[in-house]
Amino acid sequence: MNAVDFHTGDDLRELYRELILDHARNPRHFGKLDRPTHTAEGINPLCGDKLRLNVRVDDQENIADASFEGSGCAISVASASLLTDMVIGLPVAQALDCFTVVTQRLTSPNVEREQDIGVDLSKIKALDGVREFPSRVKCATLAWHALRSAIHGQTAPVSTE
Amino acid sequence: MTQPQTSDLPQVADCRQDFPALHQDVRAHALVYLDSAASAQQPMSVIETVADYQRRDHANVHRGVHTLSHRATDAYEGARDKIQSFINASSRSEIVLTSGTTESINLVAQSFCRPRLEPGDKVLITHLEHHSNIVPWQIVCEQTGAELVVAPINTRGELDMDAFDRLLTDDVRLLAIAQVSNALGTIIPLRDIIPKAKSLGIAVLVDGAQGVPHMQIDVQELDCDFYAFSGHKMFGPTGTGVLFGKESLLDAMPPYQGGGDMILEVSFDGTIYNELPYKFEAGTPNISGVIGLGAAIDYLLSVGMSRIAQHEEQLLAYLTRKLGEVEGIRLIGTAAEKASVQSFLVDDIHPHDLGTILDHQGVAIRTGHHCAMPVMDFFGVAGTARASLALYNNNDDVDRLVEAVVKARQIFA
Repeated sequence: MNAVDFHTGDDLRELYRELILDHARNPRHFGKLDRPTHTAEGINPLCGDKLRLNVRVDDQENIADASFEGSGCAISVASASLLTDMVIGLPVAQALDCFTVVTQRLTSPNVEREQDIGVDLSKIKALDGVREFPSRVKCATLAWHALRSAIHGQTAPVSTE
Repeated sequence: MTQPQTSDLPQVADCRQDFPALHQDVRAHALVYLDSAASAQQPMSVIETVADYQRRDHANVHRGVHTLSHRATDAYEGARDKIQSFINASSRSEIVLTSGTTESINLVAQSFCRPRLEPGDKVLITHLEHHSNIVPWQIVCEQTGAELVVAPINTRGELDMDAFDRLLTDDVRLLAIAQVSNALGTIIPLRDIIPKAKSLGIAVLVDGAQGVPHMQIDVQELDCDFYAFSGHKMFGPTGTGVLFGKESLLDAMPPYQGGGDMILEVSFDGTIYNELPYKFEAGTPNISGVIGLGAAIDYLLSVGMSRIAQHEEQLLAYLTRKLGEVEGIRLIGTAAEKASVQSFLVDDIHPHDLGTILDHQGVAIRTGHHCAMPVMDFFGVAGTARASLALYNNNDDVDRLVEAVVKARQIFA
């Protein structure tokens, strides 16, 4: 990997960071979920990404467990994998805060003035590279939109188109 | 008197000079445009013709008595004549101008098929079709109770001719078939197929969107009933298209849309429709686009369709060979007869990631399902990367593509 000559500039390396490639190759929490309480599908028709996000919310309104299924490009799979890592154990309200912060972070350049929601965002910063690739932002936000629609109990698939 | 040597003729690849969009850097690399099957670039002559019209001659057509309206009408109708001659239709009445292949096909589905289809009738298509040659037939079959039948393909992406022959039965009312598969490049053997359909009295619509830019079209020789194509895949403007239809069929068909231009006389008691082809051209048309399409035809004729075909055949052979040498490549669509399109996958890299990495090196390809999801399902993939070649591409473009693909493999290694 280190031997690769990125003549074409650093933003490609920024997009396909080692952490992203790792999560794309070995997605965490991938597969069916035992006793999901909420589930939603996300579709990105442009590239055929199709992910299903499953969550189990417990009596205290915490996300006890989460998983995702489906297929997609490296960016959408890595993003879904990072998402599940991040939201398991969080109160539902805080997970929705994550949605807001992460989607804002990926779509707006003013990340410095990010609100503090009390969640460690360090890993999700690996996705920052997509900001240089507008056509890929939808891949990175797909799982997050699916999370929100799952929690809100929407049944129709969400699309980032 | 000696015949000029082939080498004395300007090379087709020199046409590249005529296309301003090709001469730019993308992400600090000279652009390599390999997405002409999605939309082709326009030569200077098309761009200038459209601009001159907009600057000097624009007015509505078929309406005014003033000078600009005459100029606009002459240029617009002149383009229709060029189209007629380009595909060798026997009459200009047979050239219906539309917004594109999609509208042309929908017109036939609703105006030709819908009044004729009954439960028990069949519409036959193939597994290779673009969504625009699938969905209009699904809609009309739903409306009428007719059945949509799909002829299968083999693993090379060719039509399974034995199966096709079995499905071509006398309860089929229409065969709707691509000339060239947009996703795989397969050339359909229309010269074998159309006579079989005609012998059973089956009407034939050819989706020529991917055929017209690459080969000489003669609708009389093909003997199809309808031939649909788009301007922007043949170096003309977007929003232009053509439906060729045999006059006797078009004559018997009701209008597709109502509005201005398609009428002779309107009263609240009823309306007398205009003659062909205007009966099918409701509303103010895409005047500048059609005039640009006429200029694109002039351009293609100046280069020569047979020379274009020859150039692209050599280029496709080079592309197939060079891509095939890349480790981890899987070529999708390996028909014996192909136009200059090659779909492929590399290792387990998602086509969308591949597209981004190639774009980063200035190489523009199409990635995804190519509006042909059934084809993707057949090959068991969500999508492919697709390089499509046009008259302005050359071996260097292919080399740049291969180089970029190799780099993508390194990133994902």
